[in-house]
Amino acid sequence: MEPGGEDHGGRRSVHVNPDGGIMAKRILSLFRNLFRKRDMEQALDEELRSTLEALTQEKIEQGLSQAVARREALIEIGGIEQVKEGVRAVRAGHFVEELARDIRYALRQLCRNRSFTAVATLTLALGIGGTTAIFSVVNGILIQPLPYSHPARLVEVGLDLPGINQFNWPLSPPEYVTFREQSRTFQDIGLYYTGFGGNLYSANVTGFGRPEHVPALGVTDGVLPILEVTPLLGRSFTRADDEPGSPDTVIITYGYWRTKFGGDQSAIGKTIDIDGKPSSIIGVLPQRFRFLDMTDLGILLPLKTQSLRGYNYFAVARLKPGVTLDESNADVARMLRMQVERFPEAATFFKEAQIRPNLQPLKQYLIGDIGKVLWVLMGGIGLVLLIACANVASLVLVRVEARQQELAIRAALGGSPGRIAGGLLLESLVLAVIGGALGLLFAYGGLRVLIVLAPSDLPRLDEIGIDGPVLLFTVGVTIVAGLLFGSMPAFRYAGVRAGTGLRETGRSVSASRKRHRARNALVVVQVGLALVLLVSSGLMIRTFQALIHVQPGFTAPAEIETFHVHFPPEMIKAPERLLRLDHAIQDNIAAIPGVSSADFSGAVPMDAGAESDPVLVKDHMLQGQLPPARRSFWVSPGFFSTMGIPVVAGRDLTWNDILSKRPVAIVSENFAREYWQNPPDALGKQIGGSPRDWRQIVGVVGNVHDDGTSQEAPATVYWPITDADVFLDSPAFALRSTRAGTESLMNELRQAVSSVDSDLPLYQVHTLDYYYSKSMARTSFTLVMLALAGGMALLLGIVGLYGVIAYSVSQRTREIGIRMALGAQKRDVLKLVVKGGMGLTVVGVGVGVAGALGLTRFLSSLLYGVKPTDPLTFVVVSLTLTGIALLACYVPARRATKADPILALRYE
Amino acid sequence: MGQKRTDLLRGTLDLLVLKALSLEPLHGVGISRRITQITKGAFQVSFGSLFPVLHRMEESGWVEAEWRSSDNNRRAKYYRLTSAGRAQLKDEERQWNQVVKIMAAAVQST
Repeated sequence: MEPGGEDHGGRRSVHVNPDGGIMAKRILSLFRNLFRKRDMEQALDEELRSTLEALTQEKIEQGLSQAVARREALIEIGGIEQVKEGVRAVRAGHFVEELARDIRYALRQLCRNRSFTAVATLTLALGIGGTTAIFSVVNGILIQPLPYSHPARLVEVGLDLPGINQFNWPLSPPEYVTFREQSRTFQDIGLYYTGFGGNLYSANVTGFGRPEHVPALGVTDGVLPILEVTPLLGRSFTRADDEPGSPDTVIITYGYWRTKFGGDQSAIGKTIDIDGKPSSIIGVLPQRFRFLDMTDLGILLPLKTQSLRGYNYFAVARLKPGVTLDESNADVARMLRMQVERFPEAATFFKEAQIRPNLQPLKQYLIGDIGKVLWVLMGGIGLVLLIACANVASLVLVRVEARQQELAIRAALGGSPGRIAGGLLLESLVLAVIGGALGLLFAYGGLRVLIVLAPSDLPRLDEIGIDGPVLLFTVGVTIVAGLLFGSMPAFRYAGVRAGTGLRETGRSVSASRKRHRARNALVVVQVGLALVLLVSSGLMIRTFQALIHVQPGFTAPAEIETFHVHFPPEMIKAPERLLRLDHAIQDNIAAIPGVSSADFSGAVPMDAGAESDPVLVKDHMLQGQLPPARRSFWVSPGFFSTMGIPVVAGRDLTWNDILSKRPVAIVSENFAREYWQNPPDALGKQIGGSPRDWRQIVGVVGNVHDDGTSQEAPATVYWPITDADVFLDSPAFALRSTRAGTESLMNELRQAVSSVDSDLPLYQVHTLDYYYSKSMARTSFTLVMLALAGGMALLLGIVGLYGVIAYSVSQRTREIGIRMALGAQKRDVLKLVVKGGMGLTVVGVGVGVAGALGLTRFLSSLLYGVKPTDPLTFVVVSLTLTGIALLACYVPARRATKADPILALRYE
Repeated sequence: MGQKRTDLLRGTLDLLVLKALSLEPLHGVGISRRITQITKGAFQVSFGSLFPVLHRMEESGWVEAEWRSSDNNRRAKYYRLTSAGRAQLKDEERQWNQVVKIMAAAVQST
């Protein structure tokens, strides 16, 4: 419908209305229309009712009866609803039309001053972009890391054994069966197997030409249904697939299906050779399937639990709806007591180890403590955003100051303070939105960089992107930022009196203190925040230095090449044969030119593959108490010389020891000192894994920081590799050569291995340096990110300081001119300007030091060898910041001294 | 109050409403009656046209509204011209006079 009054809409704009407050007014009515819609409707109702009454009354006075008068009145109004519609259309149309106009007006204002707009949007884009990038990581990893439905009910079921200092142990098959059959709180529980020690579970697959080593996952039939994953094609495992002796089956992942079968549906039912066993493909998993943080998974194999032994199997369970973690923990504790009754032979161990359940939400299990790093980064980037906002606020203040006359005119023409403030705020919001949009682009690029930099223990990093929740966050941050930097000028200048601005058009001798107070406060905040960030990155640098200076225990890790091979267990069952094959490979690689030493072992230092087992010491036996678990390596002769671990006392293992199965062992220096103070005194002493199996210590070697240089070197025992057959079929080989990491060496290694067995692929090929840097990856990642944030903060803070000083110099040109005309020397002027800037800096540094003292303790878990209050860092950062600030003041100050007094006086 | 009459008002309703309010604040019925009065009965504004115009003017800040008791003790919404409204009235009057002059000249020129 087209109400009569609407026709005038076009004409209104013809009249030039000098009142710029129109825009502000529109914002007010925007809020009125949005938030007070019901009030508006009520008021309209009431107005029409009173109109009706007035008309009726009029007609009664003309002599009509009440009823007739009312009817006549209704006719005259011409339909209450139609009138209301007309009014609503005006109000609504008004809103949209005016908002569009106001935004156009704001954009015009922004276009008018391009350099201001460019600097402000870039600053905002940096802040918003950085925040968005980090938030998308936080969102992907900490907030929604599990791609399964109802993830809150998924738990990781582990065991704690405080008696032997072991935590988060996996289960053994008997516990799994009991938990599955007897639980009152699990909807279901499943076992999964990802590997043993540092050896990720994998299998040799043949049938596609060259033999391949494919990452694998072992699961019981419950695991996929617990995660609520249904295969894209075919079926899941059933209990029957878990039975020993049942036909071998395999489920393949989407990626494997695409690469090996080209996505052909007929893959189901086909047979592939897995570790020498023909297995038929029964299912293909959907594309979005991920198992925890495992990437490149190729095949899923059924765990035939009845043929399994040992505490090697992790368990995932889905809780019944409404069950709490505590209830489930109590339930598992109850079942562990049942377990003791069922297996009396395990009772002693259970009792001495003080076994107890350890259930964790699967999300927490997956995230681990990476959250600390991410929240620190989030906080850091948040500070950068604050600095950016302060910077833009400062810019906006300057600009609004320049527009004081315009504002004063608006006020004189009747623009209320609220309306003017609203207008300024809208301009800031438009600015923020442009900055936010640009920031999204920055975030997109920044995320690519972040993914390259990030440590590999960030789970599912490859899937992180800018999705719905992240966009929502960006929109929120943008609006908050806009309000933050927009509110300051809005409130400051909304109250401008009609007179002030008009009068103050001309000459002012010097800027009044009051006018600068807001921007000075902003500079103090900026400098303070920048200092906090710089101190944080300084502390990380000190941490990194401290870590690098720790001797890891091995030497020149970049010259040590390591790789694994995997002999399918079904093909070679005899340990003697395996040992001969391993030995042959070792000899072959040792013979490669440029290789000075080679060995094979269960794990290499820092690859997180070595485990801890209880170690008995014959002359230190305590009755009724389990011995503490010690880091245990199973190694071949040559391990220590390859790794560069010094032999402190005694000797290395020899092939004679291995081949004639002598009961010998080697311990680390700290192990020897713990029991016998003096390393040589350890020689000849007896240690063992069980009271029936003693080994004589023949050597003591240097300590190795197996858990990374930030951790104490664990007391370690090195057993002959033949003590643990399990390592013989998938050992880690290592060799020392200056050619480590080169392609040519790799080719020779492949040859050396294939001359022993042509079907053996090499995998997990890394230099030891890879594991060494990986152990510091979190520190270096945090360092780089905080340093980036600190650098941005420094840049923005200094730009802010420079801006304020330069502006105040330009405002004081006249004053400076007078001073110089009266005989002030350049030095005096220089001092005057620099003093002002340095005053702000010193206050800012003070505020920053106080803030940093309060905030750096959040970093303490990431620090090593340095206190969160490290005086050196604080002093150096404060001095550096002050020095740079001095420079930022000096440049405009020098310009001021160059001013010609005559010109300066004429200025304005 | 036929459609034809309203058509006469095209382009002039704003001016008439502002003019009607220029003496004293009025409520809706009052404005309608005042317009009839000052146009000597030539124009009778329908409420369906009047109220949207009033609300639009309120949004634009030309008029301000206020609830008051009317003569016979009934509450009614009174509209009052603001300073911006007065400026607008002046402007519209000037424009109208121009249009009348131009149109009169144009009509006579034949």
